[in-house]
Amino acid sequence: MAAVGETFTKKLFSFYIPLFFFTILMLFPFYWMFITSIKPNRELYNVKSLPFWVFNPTLEHWKYLFKNTLFTRWALNTLFISIVSTAISLISGIMAGYALSRLRFKGASALGIAIFITYLVPPTLLFIPLAEVVHNFNLLDTPWALILTYPTFLIPFCTWLLSGYFKTIPKELEECARIDGATRLQAMIWIILPLATPGILSAGMFAFTLSWNEFIYALVFLSSPTQKTIPVGVVSELIKGDVFFWGSLMAGALFGSIPVALIYSFFVEHYVTGLTGAVKG
Amino acid sequence: MANVILEKLTKKFDDVIAVNAIDLEIKDKEFVVLVGPSGCGKSTTLRMVAGLEEITEGNIYIGGRLVNDVAPKDRNIAMVFQNYALYPHMTVYKNMAFGLKLRKFPKSEIDERVRRAAKILGIEQLLDRKPKQLSGGQRQRVAVGRAIVRDPEVFLFDEPLSNLDAKLRVAMRGELVKLHHRLETTMIYVTHDQVEAMTMGDRIVIMKDGLIQQVGAPLEVYDHPSNIFVAGFIGSPPMNFFRGTLVPEKDHLFIDMKSFKLKVPDERKKRYERYIRKEVVFGMRPEDIIDSTPEGRSGEWDKTTAVVDVLEPLGAEVMLELSKGEHSFTARVDPHTNSRVHQEITVYFNMGKMHLFDAETEKVI
Repeated sequence: MAAVGETFTKKLFSFYIPLFFFTILMLFPFYWMFITSIKPNRELYNVKSLPFWVFNPTLEHWKYLFKNTLFTRWALNTLFISIVSTAISLISGIMAGYALSRLRFKGASALGIAIFITYLVPPTLLFIPLAEVVHNFNLLDTPWALILTYPTFLIPFCTWLLSGYFKTIPKELEECARIDGATRLQAMIWIILPLATPGILSAGMFAFTLSWNEFIYALVFLSSPTQKTIPVGVVSELIKGDVFFWGSLMAGALFGSIPVALIYSFFVEHYVTGLTGAVKG
Repeated sequence: MANVILEKLTKKFDDVIAVNAIDLEIKDKEFVVLVGPSGCGKSTTLRMVAGLEEITEGNIYIGGRLVNDVAPKDRNIAMVFQNYALYPHMTVYKNMAFGLKLRKFPKSEIDERVRRAAKILGIEQLLDRKPKQLSGGQRQRVAVGRAIVRDPEVFLFDEPLSNLDAKLRVAMRGELVKLHHRLETTMIYVTHDQVEAMTMGDRIVIMKDGLIQQVGAPLEVYDHPSNIFVAGFIGSPPMNFFRGTLVPEKDHLFIDMKSFKLKVPDERKKRYERYIRKEVVFGMRPEDIIDSTPEGRSGEWDKTTAVVDVLEPLGAEVMLELSKGEHSFTARVDPHTNSRVHQEITVYFNMGKMHLFDAETEKVI
């Protein structure tokens, strides 16, 4: 019995208690967004009311968000831009990652590092020259402005992650396929890609999240309300001067984060293997 | 069915020469084993035949066709890899059918071929499993099965048995030899294990540092090694080597190894004449050294005394590790030997089976 008690105490302190605090820490923002979005204004702005609870829940902020703003339009914009730029980045990332991990050519490793370095250049530095480029293409204030700029940081990211993942797949599998009768491309499609699914999913999810949440390019390149994405739309249309529509702001933030949370929970297992990389022959 | 010809085949990785202008002809239906220590270029040679490695210089012909620039898929070969390289996301059936499917065989023929190969290898009941549900030996069979369904002109094996445990390895060795008799196809087999090479190959090719040291039938190589490397590499335990000088005394030739002297059989006198008073390396296999009188045995024997350092009873035989002066050597003797550790005993050398090498070039004399 003593031994059992000991292990439980040990587990309590080394696992359950830290886990409890970690979970609270992670979930608190969601809780905060949720209760703020259903609080009536008189509770919201009453300093004497308990901030962590809601006494008279209301849907007025939700209604305001969906009826008086273009939130659904923003959500569709965001979805379209995220999906297309993720797809472009994944396809390029797969090709580039495969080449970097498998083909022997001069300067391969230098090129790999160079691609990664471009990922490290901050958007706050790049948005001015990119605005010039986007303007020259007459794409300002269209979704294509973002669809073309997001890959500038998504492709390096996907390439880096995927080339690392491809390296964990034994090269004999591919060689065997090539002897079996496949061309390099066929071997890649039939053998390498199915095995790299976890890695591709992880890269895709990351790319999707990054473009879904992206703020600065969206703020700079989009101006008309119908073209905006959720992060920009919510912030620019629900803060009028110095008036913050806290309830609707939080409702917008909450609904904006739901799709990403859903995607993660669906693919969490693939996501973990994708980052740890595990293909056994 | 095809022969394979390597002509001045060379592979360089930057400045390192992995394979150095080797020439080799492998006949149709022959089972040739490339053997050598790691880094000798045997796997690189095989990979060049497969088309997985580009050729730096030289030519490869398969069935009379120059294949230097032919893609692996068009060489009509099959290869079994050391780690089996089974496609983890496919069932055994799909693994075996993959190559046929790519070659657009009709479904019925794919099915027939896969089932026939599975039957030969005894893996019919595994066809629906995924590779990770198989044991090492079963994976090995599937890998071989995947190679034989295609009915290729040449089979390439890259150390296919080294991931198996010792017992299974011996069993699979036999099965591969049987398979070769059954399929009658050219096979090139790479291994670092000289026992595999000796037991499986019609001919073995011993390589070192990217160069072929000797090519020949297993026993021919064992009995007549062309240099010290081959003599030491083939055979377990390896041949004993003694540095010494060839000296004439009266009408005979002796090898003087400082602490003892052995008489060279007279019929070899002429062959060794040029090396009189020169430094040589004398070689003798452990089974040609015995610790009981050679009475009744054929051959020419000479003797010396030596101290037993270690005695290893192996059941069917006993290994004696002996020392004499600065020399130490091994003898493989009768299991009922009377020799004991630390004892000084008389050992007899079968001089008819002696080997003599040039101390400088290390080549046989």
